[in-house]
Amino acid sequence: MANSEQQKHDSLAERVSARLGARVLETDRSYGDLVFVVEKAAVHEVLSYLKNDEKFDLLLDVAGVDCVKLPEYRERFELEYILYATGVDHRVRVRVPVPEFALDVPTATDLWRAANWAEREAHEMFGFVFTGHPCLKRLLTHQQFEGHPLRKDYPVMQGQWCATTSSLEEELEE
Amino acid sequence: MGMKTDTYTKNETGLITTRVDAMINWARKNSLWPLPFGTACCAIEFMSVVSSPFDISRFGAELVRFSPRQADLLLVAGTINYKLAPVLKRIYDQMPEPKYVISMGACASSGGFYDNYATVQGIEQIVPVDVFIPGCPPRPEAILDALLKIQKLIDREPSPKRGVDRRHELAEKPGDE
Repeated sequence: MANSEQQKHDSLAERVSARLGARVLETDRSYGDLVFVVEKAAVHEVLSYLKNDEKFDLLLDVAGVDCVKLPEYRERFELEYILYATGVDHRVRVRVPVPEFALDVPTATDLWRAANWAEREAHEMFGFVFTGHPCLKRLLTHQQFEGHPLRKDYPVMQGQWCATTSSLEEELEE
Repeated sequence: MGMKTDTYTKNETGLITTRVDAMINWARKNSLWPLPFGTACCAIEFMSVVSSPFDISRFGAELVRFSPRQADLLLVAGTINYKLAPVLKRIYDQMPEPKYVISMGACASSGGFYDNYATVQGIEQIVPVDVFIPGCPPRPEAILDALLKIQKLIDREPSPKRGVDRRHELAEKPGDE
């Protein structure tokens, strides 16, 4: 079982490096998953290759990481797309280093509709700006909330007084 | 269950005479219509209070309403975060007077262990609370105890009044059973 997983990883890594070459900065293995480290400018191309040619039809999550307290890191933030191919039971991650002062990342909503809420969550929690997103508003926190609570420099116990109700009409019309 | 003995007199004709407000309070306290504002595991505990092993209908409060306009007892059971806080306030405002609020469990009463950016640290910042229930989640008996405390509050009410902090009235006084 573990062997066939290994073979899936190897063959995918081979195809990706043949097809995308230097756009993948690094190929890594982490907790049993294959990880492609991709530059911000190439992320949409890599994701659309994985979606359309490799049939990764499910976007499981878009996670953010604030690396500021790690011993070493490329850029302050990282985005991590977790993809799954239901046909061949294969999971892969795409990791994108994002610099602190250039937080714009192209959206993946045109590839997977599931990216909509996942990117909104990453937007409010870390401050990423997904260019081309149809409705980039706060998802879980209140609309009046200021700051990005999952950043390491946000005091985690600091609540904010938010009192107005918000209309959800814009989201319903999507 | 019955009216307190000093509030009515019995004569030989079999009639009972009493005061109107005592009569109204007696009727009201034994027919509370709760609205369970359940957001977490406390709401599961409330379900068992309604079911037969504990049976909230022994106290006349079994008619659970999910419309605030038909309820007079707001039971906040669970974590309230800032995004939900305006909703809770609006639900409370929609309830007709007189109305009572029970804050059930650690989360509703104080934020519980969710001491973070998203959680309201106690619903008393939003709505006036009559009875707090401790516990995570509280035992069903604790909910029944809170209900009895609300009944006691209603019993002592001279006339429908609201917007006054009456929690001190719940303090044990000499002569209580």
